[in-house]
Amino acid sequence: MDGAVAGDDTWTVAGRTFRSRLIVGTGRYKDLEETAAAIEASGAEIVTVAVRRVNLSDPKAPMLQDYVDPKKITYLPNTAGCFTAREAVRTLRLAREAGGWNLVKLEVLGPAPLLYPDMPGTFEAAKELIADGFEVMVYCADDPLAAVRLQEMGCVAIMPLGAPIGSGLGLQNPAMLTMIKENVTVPFVVDAGIGTASDAAIAMELGCDAVLLNSAIAHAKDPVVMAKAMKHAVQAGRLAHLAGRMPRRMGADPSSPLAGLIR
Amino acid sequence: MPSTVTLTLNGESRSFEGPAGGPLSVQGLLVLLELDMRKVAVELNEEIVPRSRYAETGLASGDSLEIVHFIGGG
Repeated sequence: MDGAVAGDDTWTVAGRTFRSRLIVGTGRYKDLEETAAAIEASGAEIVTVAVRRVNLSDPKAPMLQDYVDPKKITYLPNTAGCFTAREAVRTLRLAREAGGWNLVKLEVLGPAPLLYPDMPGTFEAAKELIADGFEVMVYCADDPLAAVRLQEMGCVAIMPLGAPIGSGLGLQNPAMLTMIKENVTVPFVVDAGIGTASDAAIAMELGCDAVLLNSAIAHAKDPVVMAKAMKHAVQAGRLAHLAGRMPRRMGADPSSPLAGLIR
Repeated sequence: MPSTVTLTLNGESRSFEGPAGGPLSVQGLLVLLELDMRKVAVELNEEIVPRSRYAETGLASGDSLEIVHFIGGG
């Protein structure tokens, strides 16, 4: 697998084609300068963003758009913090008006401390959003039936968690992710749970189309260096997937020939 | 005579002087708040106000508005 092949390796979601398979969040950074530097280092072409009330007492405060140009980087508005379908739909309608695009990340969450995907709420919101013309990338449980149902409803990407949001536990469910992926034809993205570069590489080795993460970069001691590590890990994992790993065997199989040994 | 309108803005009650010629519009409010219209979205009584209608959408006392923008998130 040479560089030329890797260079042609793109993925497409809802008709938009991307080269980078790393989607990064823009939350929890020290400041907007660090956010911009980390995104740059990650090579990400899509970033997730949240929708919140403007601070009316400080209208001239710097905004994310001043540091991360939505003309160059695709903003993927999320519904983080939404615990009901109604809140999520309302939030994304506002996002569409603020940004003017339909591609969104839906997440309807259950209560802390797990913030586990609330699947009944997720189905309800996905149905309403799709009917309203949104292209929905959906955060979901690692549930093979839910994944297929969301795809049949018209979601444009299925994004199960690898571990709870912000936990950094790494993929706790690689076998289940692999089995879910078998029945998903739209882009399949691991969203949440990545802790370090090797976790991202494993997700890509499993055959995921992309990885979505935030805290693993933002909460690293040096976020910009970790962003770079994630970029390379995703590329390495993708190449390993394309290359096809060797079979596992229970026992040794020497690499050096046994013939010609001195006696 | 300018009239005073009292609005609930992002959950807080605020009063504004409307212009002499008629009701305060969404556009007029955003100008008073010094907000960049290209970077925010507005919901009036839980209905989105499209940017193209900011100028023609009048506000009355008792209206509730949410004014939002994009911030960092995961």
